[in-house]
Amino acid sequence: MSALKISQFCLQHLGPFDLTVAAGECLVLSGASGTGKSLLLRAIADLIPHQGEAWLGEQLCAQTRPETWRYDVSLLPAESQWWYDTIGEHFTQYDEGLFAALGFDEAVLAWEVSRCSTGERQRLAMIRMLQQQPRALLLDEPTANVDAGNTQQMEAIIRHYQQQQQIPVLWVSHQHEQIRRIADRHVILKDNQLIEQSR
Amino acid sequence: MNVIHLSSMNLAVAAVLVLLLGIAATALKLGVSKTLYIAALRTTVQLLLIGLVLKFLFENVHLGWMALLATVMLLVAGREVMARQQRPFAGSWGYGLGTLSMFVSSFVLTLFALTVIIGTEPWYQPQYAIPLLGMMLGNTMNGVSLAMDRLTESAYQQRMVIEARLALGQHWREAIGGIARDSTRIGMLPMINAMAAAGIISLPGMMTGQILAGAPPLEAVKYQILIMFMITAGTGFATVLATWLGAKRLFDDRHRLRLERLRSKK
Repeated sequence: MSALKISQFCLQHLGPFDLTVAAGECLVLSGASGTGKSLLLRAIADLIPHQGEAWLGEQLCAQTRPETWRYDVSLLPAESQWWYDTIGEHFTQYDEGLFAALGFDEAVLAWEVSRCSTGERQRLAMIRMLQQQPRALLLDEPTANVDAGNTQQMEAIIRHYQQQQQIPVLWVSHQHEQIRRIADRHVILKDNQLIEQSR
Repeated sequence: MNVIHLSSMNLAVAAVLVLLLGIAATALKLGVSKTLYIAALRTTVQLLLIGLVLKFLFENVHLGWMALLATVMLLVAGREVMARQQRPFAGSWGYGLGTLSMFVSSFVLTLFALTVIIGTEPWYQPQYAIPLLGMMLGNTMNGVSLAMDRLTESAYQQRMVIEARLALGQHWREAIGGIARDSTRIGMLPMINAMAAAGIISLPGMMTGQILAGAPPLEAVKYQILIMFMITAGTGFATVLATWLGAKRLFDDRHRLRLERLRSKK
């Protein structure tokens, strides 16, 4: 499968950055708030203007249709977003195993979004993303509002998907415990530099 | 046709009513008296001026004069559309987008009505062309400004949702779809409501005017129906066009939501 690579990547006041996340690898990105981690993730998903290049394997972002790029290089924001009234309207398919692994059954499809807790919405947003079979993951503190038990469950599912599909995962996280559990590599964004941490 | 001549005295009596309302408003501390007087003064001056302009145009029927007046009307309507939006597009787009939509829709349909439906001779005869264009522009302006205001404001409010939808690989048209549809509908509603209420709840102004001027009621009604259809079609097409162009302008060629293309809220 394909590695995710950025080279001479600049956005707004940030960069240039060079970074490669290997296929099947989970790279954790951390750093003080306001250093631009979320901006960097949004730029890699090509949601905001940037200079430099992003690659998924042999595929160059600038030469890929934007819908295709974002479908493949999937961003999960810290706060999940919903635009229809019920959960089910946001799903085109129902993967029973995935829902069950995160503690849901088919009844969840009829739930009203406004009645779900933040944690429930976050877990459901992860299912929605994984069902599209992305080829790279950009996770922006996906477990920030999720309780401890479900956090570990989400980590396990991401880990499983990452290893089974051999895809690159770029995960923004602050919690030391979590970083120790999930990271294959750890990079800190500080003073506009990406600094690799030795383990 | 027998129209009872109105003297300045008649108008003065009506003006006294507005004056009385102003005094009442001052007594009630509503704080609108000054605005009320200025508006009343504006309506008097503006209508007298357009009366003089129409008098001149009726005596000098020429395409050039018609084109000049039509252009002025369009430009003022375009400015009004922009002024009624809380977050208009920055730069020339803010002015150009609404103006272009109104131009395409109002001018084409007025031309169509004059040449094909009514068949005036010459087709730019001011007696028909000016009222028709005026009513088209006035209503189209309403629809376009309502739709554009809704579109830009909703896109701003729901930017996280739009970006999340893009992040799932949706096309920009899908990501803004619901918002754009709502905006178009909002722009078209006033005309649909006006058609539904016409004749029962409200007597439209043009028909009332023709009847006052002594036209047979059924003739007046037929003109009114024609006008309602023209206005509805004009407003509808202009609204669809403006919403589509506006939605497209919110995104760049890489389907990124570019809200910095809007001016910040007044």
